[in-house]
Amino acid sequence: MKRFASKIKWSKYTQLLKTKWSKYTQLLKTKWSKYTQLLKTKWSKYAQLLKAKGRKHAQLLVPLLSILLIAVFNLLRDPSFFSVEISKNNLDNPVLTGNLISILNGASELAVISMGMTLVTAACGGQDISVGALGTIAASVFVKILRDGQITAGTIVLAFLACCAAAMVFGAFNGTLVSVFKIQPMIATLVLFTCGRSVAYWINGGATPTIESPLINAVGSFIPGCPVPTPILIVIAVGLLLGALLRFTTLGLYTQTVGINQRAARLNGINPTLIKLASFLVLGLCCAVAGCISASRLGLINHETMLQEIEMDAILAVAIGGNALGGGKFRITGSVLGAYAIQALTITLYAMKVPSTDVKAYKAIVIIIIVVISSPVVKQAISRLWAKVKENSQKKKEVAA
Amino acid sequence: MKKFARLFIALLLVCIMTIGAAAAEITVGIVNNPPSESGYREANVKDFEAVFSSENGYTAKTFYSLKNDEQLSAAQQFITDGVDYLLISAAETTGWDAVLASAEENGIPVFLFDRMIDCDESLYAAAVVSDMANQGKLAVEWLIAQNLTEYKIIHIQGAMGSDAQIGRTGALDKQVAENDNWTIVVQQTATWDEAEAKKIVESVINSKEDFNIIYAENDGMARGAVAALDDAGITHGVNGKVIVIGFDCNRWALREVLAGTWNYDGQCSPFQAQVISDMIKILEEGGTIETKLVISEEKGFDAATITQADIDQYGLGE
Repeated sequence: MKRFASKIKWSKYTQLLKTKWSKYTQLLKTKWSKYTQLLKTKWSKYAQLLKAKGRKHAQLLVPLLSILLIAVFNLLRDPSFFSVEISKNNLDNPVLTGNLISILNGASELAVISMGMTLVTAACGGQDISVGALGTIAASVFVKILRDGQITAGTIVLAFLACCAAAMVFGAFNGTLVSVFKIQPMIATLVLFTCGRSVAYWINGGATPTIESPLINAVGSFIPGCPVPTPILIVIAVGLLLGALLRFTTLGLYTQTVGINQRAARLNGINPTLIKLASFLVLGLCCAVAGCISASRLGLINHETMLQEIEMDAILAVAIGGNALGGGKFRITGSVLGAYAIQALTITLYAMKVPSTDVKAYKAIVIIIIVVISSPVVKQAISRLWAKVKENSQKKKEVAA
Repeated sequence: MKKFARLFIALLLVCIMTIGAAAAEITVGIVNNPPSESGYREANVKDFEAVFSSENGYTAKTFYSLKNDEQLSAAQQFITDGVDYLLISAAETTGWDAVLASAEENGIPVFLFDRMIDCDESLYAAAVVSDMANQGKLAVEWLIAQNLTEYKIIHIQGAMGSDAQIGRTGALDKQVAENDNWTIVVQQTATWDEAEAKKIVESVINSKEDFNIIYAENDGMARGAVAALDDAGITHGVNGKVIVIGFDCNRWALREVLAGTWNYDGQCSPFQAQVISDMIKILEEGGTIETKLVISEEKGFDAATITQADIDQYGLGE
């Protein structure tokens, strides 16, 4: 009897437990499904956002890929390529050294010029081939003023402002030919490309004038106590300034609009002439900065070799950066990354001790690869291939179901 | 009638010009590279302007270009204009035969200066040139005289294929090939670009390879190399770890040698005008030129022996 009673009690308990359990599981299930639902919607939102962002950043894929390519190649070749050290220079200042620093430092002029080149390309659908000559003229003005007086912080600032003004005058000359007279940018800038270096020579009147001062050293190589090369800091400053200009004004949007459709831009109240001119003025300023960096590096200006062939490298940087060379959409970050990719390639070739006679050929091969990969034909083929792979996997899933 | 009038005027002009040229002054047509090319060329152009001046009894017509075809047409124009003498520093060594032959037909003696031209000896009266190979040889001989146990060299070359690059590279390459204790750490062209030279030396320093000599084929590139050494805290010059060698003798470069931060600077003399002027005087007096090939006397400057007087006399530019 006692045993029976206990059995009943037991069954009651189990019953209770069962109902309670089922309740809990029910609750859990509903909650779970709610959570998963939430997660799913959230996830899809994130995915959407990611996709949108990806599309926005897809342009940077090529320059990043090319930098990655060069980096992986160097990693396989010699991992010590990437070592960065702090050592003391001959003036007893701590300085950073290493190939990475050489790349960042050496590409400074190219990075600054390719920023301006991107704007001109976007607005005018063409390139300025006089940037090397223009930078040399600006540097020549810089050197001329410093040689005429004593070199102090004040005169350096004055010389820099004067050289900016000179560069803007010549930039306006190019810009007027392009925007007002509607001459193809490459033909318009051919004028300055041809005579610019002679103009630079006339300004100084000597073949390789020098300027020597610890202050010039600070501009061109290292500020005492700061281990980062000054040109790198200058590039960051210029990048921030230009970034702010595009972010907080409508210049970027207008430039893009003019580049895509000049007539539509005009109908919307944008003055294409003004925008094109503005892009050349900005490029002029960039050239002035590059020229000052270049002249300060060694405290010397050689009118024939300064910023040699930089116009071609700058155009290449813009192209590697994924910008349409026919104008329109642009990303300055892409061009800057492109500039660093080009410099990384050069430094890699130096580190590999490629014979002097072969350097240009090797450079050409790598550039062909990068440019072909980023060409629309290859891009389309890849996206088509990707779509096919996706389709196939979906089919397989369906068959399995 | 109109055509005839034009022809007449043209003939008249030619006559006036030839009469003008026939007057006491000697007309020379000078075809050179532009002074902006380098410190060397600047001094070269100034030298010719000074010697072939009206005070010295010359009328000089000048044409400056880095392009061979432009130089060729300018030389042809000078021949048509009827100059008395033609002076040429060619941008390229080839393609000049037709122009020189036409000068010979017109009885215009041709002088080559600074650079040789690939042509038959009979086509020019004389050549006054720099011997780039000898400049390289002098520098290498100076290096040998330093008696180092080991020579580990960073060799920075000029624009490949230029006269100066070939000459200055040749002597060093030969010495390295023949001696086991001479090794080239890196041999790379910076195409006369100072900034590029700095990058090349930086890359060697970054690879931690040992070197004790920098052989740069002009002053600008040597300056770039030295900047890289300074950044890395490597001593150079007299009593330094690395020996620095440059070429061209810019005044600022010789000052570096005098200060002992560089060790050696090879001269490339741009002063050929006086020699040519002397030869022209001989021809004017009806004499003949005995030696067809005159090589400018050039030397090198050592940090141990250079003086301020050397800088004043031989330095180019300012």
